[in-house]
Amino acid sequence: MATFTLRVNGAAHQVKADPSTPLIFVLRNQLGLTGPKLGCGLEQCGACAVLVDGKPELSCVRAVSEFEDQDITTAEGLSESHADIQQAFIDVGAAQCGYCIPGIVTATAGLFNQTKTPTKVQITEALHGHLCRCGSHLRVLKAIERLVQEGAVDAN
Amino acid sequence: MPINPSLKGHPALDEWLSVTSDGHIVITSGKVDIGQRISTSLAVIAAEELDVDLSRIDFIRTETGLSPDEGVTSGSNSMEQSGEAVRLATATARGRLLALAAEALEVDESTLEIDDGLIQSRETNRSMTYWDLQGDKPFDIDVDLNAKIKSPDTYRLVGKPVDARGIKDIVGGTMVYVHDMKMPGLLHARVVRPPHYKATLNSVDDGAMHRAADAGTKVVRDGSFLAVAHADEYAALTAAKRLNVAADWHTGPGLDGRNIFDQLTSNERLSMPLENGVPVETPVPDAPAIPGNAAVTLQARFERPYHMHGSIAPSAAMALFEDGALTVWTHSQGVYVLRASMAGALGMNEKKLTIKHMPGSGCYGHNGADDVALDAALVARALPGTPIMLKWTRDDEHAWEPYSSAMVMNVGGSLDADGNVVAWSHETYSDTHVMRPRPGAGNTGPSRLLASWFLEKPFPPMTPPPNMQAHGGVHRNLDPLYTFANKHLVKHLVRNLPLRTSAMRTLGGYANVFAIESFMDELAEAGSLDPLEFRLRNLNDERAKAVLVAMSKNLNATALPGGRGRGIGFARYKNEKTYAAVGVELSVNDAAEVQLHRAVVAADAGQVVDPDGLAAQMEGGLIQAASWTLMEAVQFDPDGITSRDWDSYPILRFDNIPEVEVVLMDRPGDPYLGAGEAVSGPTAGAIANAIRSATGQRLRSLPFTPDAIRDAALKST
Repeated sequence: MATFTLRVNGAAHQVKADPSTPLIFVLRNQLGLTGPKLGCGLEQCGACAVLVDGKPELSCVRAVSEFEDQDITTAEGLSESHADIQQAFIDVGAAQCGYCIPGIVTATAGLFNQTKTPTKVQITEALHGHLCRCGSHLRVLKAIERLVQEGAVDAN
Repeated sequence: MPINPSLKGHPALDEWLSVTSDGHIVITSGKVDIGQRISTSLAVIAAEELDVDLSRIDFIRTETGLSPDEGVTSGSNSMEQSGEAVRLATATARGRLLALAAEALEVDESTLEIDDGLIQSRETNRSMTYWDLQGDKPFDIDVDLNAKIKSPDTYRLVGKPVDARGIKDIVGGTMVYVHDMKMPGLLHARVVRPPHYKATLNSVDDGAMHRAADAGTKVVRDGSFLAVAHADEYAALTAAKRLNVAADWHTGPGLDGRNIFDQLTSNERLSMPLENGVPVETPVPDAPAIPGNAAVTLQARFERPYHMHGSIAPSAAMALFEDGALTVWTHSQGVYVLRASMAGALGMNEKKLTIKHMPGSGCYGHNGADDVALDAALVARALPGTPIMLKWTRDDEHAWEPYSSAMVMNVGGSLDADGNVVAWSHETYSDTHVMRPRPGAGNTGPSRLLASWFLEKPFPPMTPPPNMQAHGGVHRNLDPLYTFANKHLVKHLVRNLPLRTSAMRTLGGYANVFAIESFMDELAEAGSLDPLEFRLRNLNDERAKAVLVAMSKNLNATALPGGRGRGIGFARYKNEKTYAAVGVELSVNDAAEVQLHRAVVAADAGQVVDPDGLAAQMEGGLIQAASWTLMEAVQFDPDGITSRDWDSYPILRFDNIPEVEVVLMDRPGDPYLGAGEAVSGPTAGAIANAIRSATGQRLRSLPFTPDAIRDAALKST
């Protein structure tokens, strides 16, 4: 066991964990942030994505010890910084069961942090690691297209 | 019309809804929301009939003992069963509330108007609300099967776009799935899996058991069922991995690894002819001789491998065993049938079990949801008073969920000189598609839950009886809606196949429609007939024709770019639910990959309640079926399943999503028709036909991977 300081959604937290514990278990079970979802534990599906210093990272394999002194944002935290992205997803109905959606919203936020005018190729690349089984892909792409057209995304 | 099955078992109005004194209408449905937006549709129906704002509608989570037993949320039945039941229940409640208001206000009922639960009359200044009249009080009347329902021309909400219930929480990451639940003192649990179905546990290394105990891990063993529990989730996961290495399994000869399509057509089987979609217990007649007037006769064999549900969340359940009673939180599609199977497997009185539904990820049928509930219960029973959260791993879900059966479809047909179908034959070979939990003594109920096979006193896998319902399992949509005069239709329920199977979206319907719609194009081509015209001339159902025409019009509204092909497919699900026509435009690139460009769906689902949700079901069904069709096959060998993650079982990604246009036919006032499974089969047919159009290759063995496309090209040269 070791103690770590994590900065999550703007607040600092002291957590105790085995240093090899993947970040997701600390976020979900110690900090109560269940926006990041456990989908594969293999970095294959994207459900566990969080932003680290504004960039999308997967949290299901990499150890908590690697994330000290970095700004971590979960889907819950995006309600503050990227509410317009979340609203676009709601407006076009971009969710069925929704289990993959917090990860996809996170990837989308990461994309718009990088560029306000992503190309089609950039959009598909940003979402390539994200699996959805219900088939909400079209609605997700529609939400992103709408955001690009409106050009109204906050660049954080 | 037959009486609604949901109301038949639950006639009392109070079983369906209540009015709270703080201004809410609480609906109690036995159907669960699994991402298909049924709760949104039910809320719209209730708010419409009661003339209240949508925000006043609440739901009680489905739970044994509390909710009406509406069986399983499956088969695209929810709108026809629960939707209709909620409509009649809320219409009954409205009538009752108006009668009470008329009495209280001393006015004639016909003068009353309702605005968001406020009842007023032009003949008095006084008014009443639903909450004044009925708040927290029972109705004590039955649902009136002839209750006056609203006329479609007065709808405020039905058929208009609304946000899906819960979508704000989903998008914001605050939706609580069963996986996200917490309780004080909760332990996280994982199962230590055998190599395959037939393996048994010899022993676990003593040293490893001691080290686990020293690390605070609880180890639960019942025969060959082995699980671990720990307060820390990562510690539980790690302990399961360590014990997996330390466990010694007797593996025996393993699974039958021979070619599955050979097994399907050569194993022992139960064969029955079909009449009007129903299996008949008579010997299968010989295939009819080719008619004398046949100008063209074709035969073709179609193959479909095992497919998996592939839920994004591995299944999970929480269980608590206390004072001899068990409570389970589950994302099962059927809390009552799960309770029955679990009680049998645990040797408990059903009255001591409470099963509560919680959201999970999309399941698309019978995935690991029910199995994990028993897994959690077994651990909870061994650790009384301790809440247990048991999650399957990705490996568990891929390798242990009940798959959709591999299938072989042998189809034949003849045309006369005028292009009329003068003979049609279709025989399907498949394992069962229906092994969901259910009541039943011996091993008929309990053995449907995976862990029961591995207990000290096991319930060995049962040999399922044939499904004798119209369009039941293997033979779902085997009998086509087309008006062929001379049909030879046979279902073969094949025994002793290697993998565990059960219900997945459409059961046998996907592969049967894939075969039928592919073969329709083959016949049309052989007779030099247009595929659309050929279908239309063999249909006498105007609604079927209408979706085909609407789809085709939009599909062909643009010129076909060079190098691309278009194909169409059609079916009416179970020949009694939603009509769906699908058109696909695609190309095949130099790497022999199919690139999906456009798709058009035209669907007739009767009265549309939630158009945006219905369109989402069409789009999602199409994308999922495209994934099955182009990419998916469960792989296995004698040592077990080898498709154990998303690399070894890839699915469609964001880089191959076509533009999809959905046309919904307007049928105001018509009965609701279930829609969640409508497009799966037609999509497969449309893709096969479009590949033929784009490349000249006729592919009959799923999936259409680059290897399959290259093989076909090599064989044709």
